[in-house]
Amino acid sequence: MIENRYNKISTLEDALERIDDGTTLMFGGFGGIGNPPSLIEGLLEKNVKNLTLIGNDTGFPNIGIGKLVSRGHAKKCIVSHIGSNPVAGQLMTEGKMEIEFSPQGTLAERIRAGGVGLGGILVDVGIDNEIVSNGKEIIHVDGVDYLLEKPLTAEVSIIFAKKSDPFGNLVYDKSARNMNPLVAMAGKFTIAEVEEIVPLGEIDPEEIITPGVYVDMVIKSKGVNWKWVWE
Amino acid sequence: MGIDIRNRIAKRAAQEIKDGMVVNLGIGIPSLVPNHLPAGMNVMIHAENGVLGIGPSPEKGAEDENLCNAAGYPVTTITGSSYFDSSIAFGMIRRGYIDITILGSLQVSEKGDLANWIVPGKRVPGMGGAMELAQKAKKVIVLMNHIDKHGNSKIVKECSLPLTSKNCVDLIITDMAVIEVRKDGLYLLEVMSPFSVEDVIKHTSAQLKWDRAITQLS
Repeated sequence: MIENRYNKISTLEDALERIDDGTTLMFGGFGGIGNPPSLIEGLLEKNVKNLTLIGNDTGFPNIGIGKLVSRGHAKKCIVSHIGSNPVAGQLMTEGKMEIEFSPQGTLAERIRAGGVGLGGILVDVGIDNEIVSNGKEIIHVDGVDYLLEKPLTAEVSIIFAKKSDPFGNLVYDKSARNMNPLVAMAGKFTIAEVEEIVPLGEIDPEEIITPGVYVDMVIKSKGVNWKWVWE
Repeated sequence: MGIDIRNRIAKRAAQEIKDGMVVNLGIGIPSLVPNHLPAGMNVMIHAENGVLGIGPSPEKGAEDENLCNAAGYPVTTITGSSYFDSSIAFGMIRRGYIDITILGSLQVSEKGDLANWIVPGKRVPGMGGAMELAQKAKKVIVLMNHIDKHGNSKIVKECSLPLTSKNCVDLIITDMAVIEVRKDGLYLLEVMSPFSVEDVIKHTSAQLKWDRAITQLS
């Protein structure tokens, strides 16, 4: 039995109590990989509505965060890509869901900025693109023009990691890391769904990607319950 | 487009890659490119979901669901590879460390404008990482069908679709031809069999030039 010294190790039921209708929810993952499967399944069962989702993309219709999107649980998504989820595109065109696009790297930095307490970031990506630059302040620095992109935070962040200790120190698994460490930092309350919970001291401090200070709750994952596109 | 044609385009794109390069590959045909690189070539394939050093596709049954490319398909890694988060993945792109990016497109103009993220009122996939890659990679190669499903040329004088990035494309490889974008216009370099130079000209709604013999690819 692992000692729950920081009272962070909890259950899916407790985690779901943190997320209600209308919650601004940030999620880790990229094309479904690294989306937290048990939390997403729990949110579907709880039938939460009108979520504002912030993350890399809307997954696939039956994979990852895409399940919540394609079944109409979100009123708005701030993402970089919805191409792999045609239902998201359909909901958007029908006016049933709002989509705010951000270039992927800019989105990552906006989330990171929110997570590390910055007031914004200066980026020149998309500066000559009216859709991206529209309404954004332009800042001149040493002769170069940048867009002022604002930070993103969320009421709750849900992430997926390989391993956690009782303090919430996290290690990820290969390309399932993606947005997860950034999203972990940007939540006012961060829930990490992990494949394995290990005793304190078992993870080499040099190996830790997300320090536990950013993690409020740790739950054990039941694993992926969807079929991948390549299966 | 059949897999044979997709592979032929990918194979031709692979020839642009030189030893020691860092290369990013987009969704679709570009993700087939690593399968066509010569064994032993030192190339670091970058994927914006946080991998540097992608290898060939895994054998069936050996897939790792947590090791995929940006399209969500399983990959392997080569010796010397690394994993990182999305901010680092895009930091590498913004900072100019990507030698070549290979991506798909809806339209390319004769000035090298790229339009690959939105069809107003119809298909709105979003830009993903394409803006960073198009604007910041040292060389931008577009792989696409020469014509769309309505028979219209995807290589145009001016893009009618919203732009991803201006003046960024260097080379276009389609199922019909290989076309270079230079300051003074589009240069037809190679034609893919069974098409002829005339076929390519007929199906391209921008002016094509050439200043040397056009290679016929089998």
